[in-house]
Amino acid sequence: MEIFNHNANFNFLGLRKYSIGLAILLMLGSIGLIVTKGFNYGQDFVGGVAVNVAYQNAVDTNDVRQALTSAGMENPLVQAVGGTREVTVRLQPKDDHGSSGLTGDEAAAKVSADIMAALQKVRPDAVMKSKSFVGPQVGEELRSDGIYAVIFVIVGIMGYLWIRFEKRFAIAALATEVHDVLVTLGIFALTQREFDLTVLASVLAVVGYSINDKVVVFDRVRELFRSSRNATPEEVLNRSINSTLSRTIITSLFTGITMAALFFFGGTAVHGFAITMLIGILVGTLSSIFVASPILLWLGVSKQDLMPRSKEDPALERRP
Amino acid sequence: MSDFPRWKYALVVIVLLVGIVYALPNVFPPQPAVQVSGNRGAAVDASLKSKVEGLLATAKVPAVAVDVNEKDGRLLARFGNADQQAKASDALRVGLGDNYTVALNLASTVPSWLRSINANSMPLGLDLQGGVHFLMEVDQNAMIDAQETRYTDDIRSLLHDKGVQYDSVTRNARGQGVNIVLRTDAERQKAAGLIGSDYPDLLVNDAAAAGNGFALNAVVKPTKLRELSQSVITQNVTTLRQRVNQLGVSEPLIQQQGANQIIVDLAGVQDTAEAKKIIGAVASLQYRAGLYTPQQAMEAARSGSVPPDAKLYFGRDHQPYLLSKKVIASGDELVTATSGRDQQNGTPNVSVTLNAAGARKMQEFTNDNVGKPMAVLYITRTLETKMVDGKEVKTPKITEEVINYANISGPFGKQFQTNGLPSDAEAAELALLLRGGSFAVPVDIVSESVIGPSLGADNIDKGFKAVMLGLGLVLLAAAIYYKLFGLVADVALFFNLVLLVAVMSAIGVTLTMPGIAGIVLTLGMAIDANVLICERIREELRNGSSPLASIRTGYDKAWATILDANVTHLLAALGLMTMGSGPIKGFGVTLFIGILTSMFTSVTVTHAITALIHGGRKLKTLSV
Repeated sequence: MEIFNHNANFNFLGLRKYSIGLAILLMLGSIGLIVTKGFNYGQDFVGGVAVNVAYQNAVDTNDVRQALTSAGMENPLVQAVGGTREVTVRLQPKDDHGSSGLTGDEAAAKVSADIMAALQKVRPDAVMKSKSFVGPQVGEELRSDGIYAVIFVIVGIMGYLWIRFEKRFAIAALATEVHDVLVTLGIFALTQREFDLTVLASVLAVVGYSINDKVVVFDRVRELFRSSRNATPEEVLNRSINSTLSRTIITSLFTGITMAALFFFGGTAVHGFAITMLIGILVGTLSSIFVASPILLWLGVSKQDLMPRSKEDPALERRP
Repeated sequence: MSDFPRWKYALVVIVLLVGIVYALPNVFPPQPAVQVSGNRGAAVDASLKSKVEGLLATAKVPAVAVDVNEKDGRLLARFGNADQQAKASDALRVGLGDNYTVALNLASTVPSWLRSINANSMPLGLDLQGGVHFLMEVDQNAMIDAQETRYTDDIRSLLHDKGVQYDSVTRNARGQGVNIVLRTDAERQKAAGLIGSDYPDLLVNDAAAAGNGFALNAVVKPTKLRELSQSVITQNVTTLRQRVNQLGVSEPLIQQQGANQIIVDLAGVQDTAEAKKIIGAVASLQYRAGLYTPQQAMEAARSGSVPPDAKLYFGRDHQPYLLSKKVIASGDELVTATSGRDQQNGTPNVSVTLNAAGARKMQEFTNDNVGKPMAVLYITRTLETKMVDGKEVKTPKITEEVINYANISGPFGKQFQTNGLPSDAEAAELALLLRGGSFAVPVDIVSESVIGPSLGADNIDKGFKAVMLGLGLVLLAAAIYYKLFGLVADVALFFNLVLLVAVMSAIGVTLTMPGIAGIVLTLGMAIDANVLICERIREELRNGSSPLASIRTGYDKAWATILDANVTHLLAALGLMTMGSGPIKGFGVTLFIGILTSMFTSVTVTHAITALIHGGRKLKTLSV
């Protein structure tokens, strides 16, 4: 079975004004969204209030969640503890509208009182067993470690591409990488989905996925440059995208299938992870096809840069 | 067959067999169990076994098996379900008393031949088996406060002792050190010299003084603060470990995270309040004079008649001691304790530093009591829950233990050494205990979370479903799209899952929900190599190459791409791994291993199978 016409030679590079323009617009839009709306950080980042509630009779966590949302609280986290008569409710102060502007203990007291009021309205047998303020799990340390790790990854990937390919490939990969991450984050800022540690892990996995995707196309670009006699860079790039197109899309599809399975059957704990990955796969696939190669062209990639270098190569001698 | 050398077939077969064996333990589900271990040398033997069986019979809890492992010093009773396990644990806790620690455990049902080659199932994270998670933070401000207050006292008494006239010795705002105001410049220089030589950890500088005084400023060096902070963390981890032991958790995870945080994961514990009380309990220590002879102490322990001026205590290996009722110095007067080796005879020792008040008392006592014994008493106070007549009763429990007993060799004050310790390890432990009992740097619980066991089981169920469904769909899609080559890729993908699980089990990666997400993602991406290979083979066929040549060129050309793509991907996974905490790390580790195993299965394993199917035959077409 084959879905794609293998003789297709669609002129992707011809669209480069539009595709790069759109990519830049998307990036700017994403930056704007991230700056203005920000992220809806989860408890891993900002902490919250945890209340332990005991009921006299069995209770369903969905009913508890329902009672809280109908009282105007956003994103309450409800978990059953042990049996069916005890739950913990976790809520960030910002999700309880009455508590804006309060700090620390005040907010904790207010939020827990509001939670209990909302629960007792529906089920009078609810009793608060304990409450506590939960601090953020992502400390300063983790943040700085994270930044170092990201820098290490970027430098590592660029270094590898620089050695195996050429510096223009490293730059083009980095640029599209930044694009993919920004747009994925932008969608998060737009939808205001909760941003927690698993989502962060997923955003970093998107980096891995999309670099993988780009390298496959670049690999073909290198190969075609080396084997073709007098094709223009634009022709080579177009041919590279076309001949890797079926692989690009099939792999995205396969990975997408598994992430969809995770999203629908993996439970709420991995929802954020799966949805981020799905967004990232879509963005990464599109940028591999429409954005990465036009950047290469724009950077002026040429046949000479990619020929295997021998010691006698005079061009190499002249290099610093 | 020339395409694929024989040694590669052998490699594939060996790796797959080893992989299957090491992945196998995960098929055996763990059994709810109760673990009993002895405290203070209480014996774990056949008589304990019959006692446990008796208690279980009285409580009407049927045990699947009760095994004694005398080598590990623990008894394991297995049960059919979690309810019976809970009942049994309550019954045993009350029935066995203080000399035994009763813990909930998940007993492995992995056959012993597998365990003997170190093949174990993956340990499950809290989110998959339930339990409590605490994130604790050492209060750095309190530590700085304690240090600066202490140096203020010390400097004051140092200047006083050496007869330096001073106007005032006061503590500045936090982090600004100690301010010393003197009357003349000469006195200032003398004071600076004294402080500098006695306290090398202080940075002494001239300071602008108010009025007509000459001022000095002494600040604790940042390196010293860092060192202190690290030692506070280490000792808190040790103290926590000892306390968690009392909770009876079988496999607690207590580890440092970052510069000033500690993670405590207690699998199987559900009562956060109880766990919090015990973890937050206070330990302290006291120096007391040792009275009477060991024989008299033995006699007192045997008969129960203790002389009126003494109190009977027990050491760590259960020997009795008679100690004075009067306390010489106590833990809050201890500044620090470090282990090392004696400079004269090279035996392990611990050097202890007391603050000014403690030093004075110690000096007075040791002056009068050279040659007599002195003991270090370690006291912990915890709250204990017991079931009495079906009701929970919480009682404070104080444990007092003599951790060191030795003769005073000569009078000493602020600084002294405890010599004659049997080993370096014991010296290090004593130093830790001393510091752990003394340091009053509070550890705050900054976050806590409880995961119910039912939620854990639910997570496992969902995770398993997601893995199976993801795998099934990809297998199906590959088979439809690439026909025979798709099926070969499917076999490889399945083995990739087996190998991934085997490696994770063998190195003991704790499986968590993000880890499962990582497995699912790896399965989705592992097929990429096969997509690359199959697409290449199709291209070669279209270009008119013969089937066998297409396979060969397809693999050759795809390999370069696969390598480049995977090395960059590995770098990204490495970044995730090094970020170090929680879900990100678990996920990164899974991804990293997954990329490595998938490179092997999707290239080498598929090539082996393809060579087996197509090798040595004349082919007209390929099913790809």
